[in-house]
Amino acid sequence: MSPILLAEQILNGVQLGVMLFVMAAGLTLVFGVMGLINLAHGSLFMVGAFAAAAVAGATGSFMLALVSALAAAAAAGALIEVLVIRRLYARDHLDQVLATFALILIFSEGTRWIFGSFPLYLNIPDYLSGPVTLPGGIQYPLYRLTLIGIGLAIAAGLFVLISKTRLGIQIRAGENDREMIAALGVDISKLYTIVFALGAGLAGLAGALVGAIQSVQVGMGEPVLILAFVVIVIGGIGSIKGALIGALLVGLTDTLGGVLLPHLFKLFTDPATATSAGSALASMLIYILMAVVLIWKPTGLFGARA
Amino acid sequence: MTTERILNAVVVAGLVLFPIWAWMADEPFMITLATKAAILALAGVGLNLALGIGGLVSFGHAAFFGIGGYAMGILASHAQAYDPIFTQPFVFEGSKSMPVIWLTAILASGLAALGIGALSLRTSGVYFIMITLAFGQMLYFFSISWPAYGGEDGLSIYVRNSFPGLNTLDPIQFYGIVLGVLCAVLFLLARLAKSPFGLALGAARQTPLRVETVGISPYRLQLVAFTLSGMITGLAGALFADLNRFVSPVMFSWQTSGEIMVFVIIGGVARLFGPVVGAILFIILEHLLGGLSDYWHIYLGALLLLIVLFARGGVIGTLTGREAAHD
Amino acid sequence: MTPRTLALAACIAGLAGGAFADTHAGKVKVGMITTLSGGGAGLGIDVRDGFMLAAKQAGNDKLEVIIEDDQRKPDIAVQLADKMIQSEKVDVLTGIIWSNLAMAVIPGAVAQGKFYLSPNAGPSALAGRGCSPLYFNVAWQNDNLHEAAGAYANSAGYKNSFILAPNYPAGQDALTGYKSQYEGELSGELLTALGQTDYASEIAQIRASGADSVFFFLPGGMGISFLKQYADSGVDIPVVGPAFSFDQGILQAVGDAALGVVNTSQWSKDLDNPTNTAFVESFQAEYGRLPSLYASQGFDTANLLLSAMDKADISDADAFQAALEEADFASTRGEFKFNTNHHPIQDIYVREVIREGDVYTNKIIGTALEDHGDAHAAECQMQ
Repeated sequence: MSPILLAEQILNGVQLGVMLFVMAAGLTLVFGVMGLINLAHGSLFMVGAFAAAAVAGATGSFMLALVSALAAAAAAGALIEVLVIRRLYARDHLDQVLATFALILIFSEGTRWIFGSFPLYLNIPDYLSGPVTLPGGIQYPLYRLTLIGIGLAIAAGLFVLISKTRLGIQIRAGENDREMIAALGVDISKLYTIVFALGAGLAGLAGALVGAIQSVQVGMGEPVLILAFVVIVIGGIGSIKGALIGALLVGLTDTLGGVLLPHLFKLFTDPATATSAGSALASMLIYILMAVVLIWKPTGLFGARA
Repeated sequence: MTTERILNAVVVAGLVLFPIWAWMADEPFMITLATKAAILALAGVGLNLALGIGGLVSFGHAAFFGIGGYAMGILASHAQAYDPIFTQPFVFEGSKSMPVIWLTAILASGLAALGIGALSLRTSGVYFIMITLAFGQMLYFFSISWPAYGGEDGLSIYVRNSFPGLNTLDPIQFYGIVLGVLCAVLFLLARLAKSPFGLALGAARQTPLRVETVGISPYRLQLVAFTLSGMITGLAGALFADLNRFVSPVMFSWQTSGEIMVFVIIGGVARLFGPVVGAILFIILEHLLGGLSDYWHIYLGALLLLIVLFARGGVIGTLTGREAAHD
Repeated sequence: MTPRTLALAACIAGLAGGAFADTHAGKVKVGMITTLSGGGAGLGIDVRDGFMLAAKQAGNDKLEVIIEDDQRKPDIAVQLADKMIQSEKVDVLTGIIWSNLAMAVIPGAVAQGKFYLSPNAGPSALAGRGCSPLYFNVAWQNDNLHEAAGAYANSAGYKNSFILAPNYPAGQDALTGYKSQYEGELSGELLTALGQTDYASEIAQIRASGADSVFFFLPGGMGISFLKQYADSGVDIPVVGPAFSFDQGILQAVGDAALGVVNTSQWSKDLDNPTNTAFVESFQAEYGRLPSLYASQGFDTANLLLSAMDKADISDADAFQAALEEADFASTRGEFKFNTNHHPIQDIYVREVIREGDVYTNKIIGTALEDHGDAHAAECQMQ
């Protein structure tokens, strides 16, 4: 494999990683602050993509589509937080899993009821389409570079938010001691709604950004949801830093594993077997990674508690 | 406990009487539905041992369900083709006999549960949920891309496997077998829960430290419980594959793990009959709502939501007016 | 039937209870099991709508149709088939979209003496050794469109193809089908994960491979993702694929990225025959959207069944089978007849994606294979 191809694959891995981070950040915050397992996070990803496709179809503006994806997913998040999720904070993980599993059913079929059973159209705007040439002669799609930029900017923004702002202080306090910050007079239910809506909005934004290069269809959130869980578990639940590193690890493992494993297998078996065995192992690779990390560090790379 | 006892008796009576009614009324499909409910209940009973008594929230029980299913599929397909599964170091023939298949399914899923449990029990809480999910996903992707046994297409077995002295193709006789297995497992579990092992396991869930100070390793207790739990779910998988005369990677999917968990929760966690009530209710809902509209998942979701929000402790917990014993 | 399969059928017939006993003079009860909810619902809805349109146009009150949703789950499909056979006592089953569901249902259904008419899936196992006198495929054998893509690649002068498909049986069949006709070299061959949504890494390998053409089989959302990402990557190697990634339901979601892409299909909206013109018009009038490949297959399936009902009574299974074999109906794809294994012999066309006003659709640009059967017919011992 040539160095250029390898460099391009590393960029692909990073791009997948940062988008997983945007998706996983909300999931890890919600777990860290409220102790909630939210299976419906993938549905918010889908809500974002569908909102973006609808708005882009009506107005033709991609920027407007992104803004409305963020707004629609945040609004949907706030709504389910107030109606359903806040009743679950005091429950055990089992009830949370069942309730958010039920929310997936409602969101998926509700979306299909509103938008129909066929995939929707959402595409990259002209000013971001096509490849650019990077140093070293790598041809790389501008849109994917933009995704890397946006993802890193969101990561930076979240670090500032958590470490520098009043909301961030409350979030960190909430992760450590819920009763105490309530006793200090912070409106805890408002804080929870804000954190949940923030995570939902990020998931929706990720849905819109990724939806432009994928298929906007019902059920699109579920594979991503599982990947996002892998990410936050590897990183350590509740840790934004862990989510970022976990996301990059998963992105790179998935991309490079898919490319390199079939080549590796070709060294000691015939090409047809190598392709099929290599691809089979590649599809299991991130789960193997996750299991290995957890066996080695039972609370993830940066996790504080179980 | 008396209310719960009465309720359990009603459930058992229903499990016996409903299929007899369906048989008299010549409604064979109703017997098939009841069989499905009993098999899924058995899968839930398996999970309930780990989850309810042991407090081990496994999101990967589809792994054992699937292994049980494939044990049936692989044995029966080799028997169908008169082709031994392997000849080295000894000849291992396929089989179409249910007891042989059950034993293989229990052994295979027990071994898998032992391995997965040994690794997963190093973690706890939500990490345990996720690592069991990871193992389930590994098997799911493996079963899709491994071509020998049909990959994503799965394996079709044209005739149901045999059981000595019975005609398994007759829905009511097959139902009898399934009900017999379910009742035997429930009986054994009821004994187990009251045995020293069961009591120690419950204690290890509530206060692991106290168990450790009296010299019992919670890890070992939990590993044994997890293995037994995997074995029961594996047996259910073999029966489920026999019900459909078909096995496919869908049995390994995380949605399957989620559904088994749903039976346990809506019935009542840590209740002996919780998964049985849960599975029956789920099948009834699926059957009734499926006819309402193309978008019936919305109603199913809304109902599940109402159950979890307002019927705490599941159906049994609500009807008996006591919180379930889990925490 | 061999004595063994006969014994088998007899055994299973016991399971079906009194299903054979009831008689309903001349009436045909059809059980349609198809995907109406969840991610793949678009295909099932199209098949159902096409089928029901034909039934409505025929106005034959002897045809009764029961429709159930399989949710794309094999175990649900098997249970629905049990229900339709045991409780509803249907005569004919149809509707399944996916090969894995077809493999779960069809062998059992035909062993219980029910006719099965497939409006979509055509797995190779059921076309070869697993063929049955009661099983008819009205769409294609799974390999057909891929073989046609290989034949097209030869005629277009491609010498160095890069081929990719998901790592599951239908994907592996697709690559085999393409290679069986294609005569050039392969610059690369990839099996992707099922349900994969990001193809950046595959596209990078295509770019680096020096291929002169790309063949891909990525049904549903996978194809949409691939085409959008491919168009944006700046790689301009020509792409061919089977029609599944270019049907009417999907094209609008791919948009400009699909323009000019060549694909192979046994049907197209602009096929010039009276049945098809009337079908496209009436489908649009009835449902307010353009019909897809799947809708045409549903429509043809219903018309095949109706044609057999005019010739024979379903209670005489042999006569009804003979009537189906004649395929005496006006198909939307022009000439249509059954091979010895009850799979179609038909022309397979080459189409190009074009834009008509605001709508993306396909236009026929040639014929890839004429009167094409499938490679498995020789293995089929229909007895």
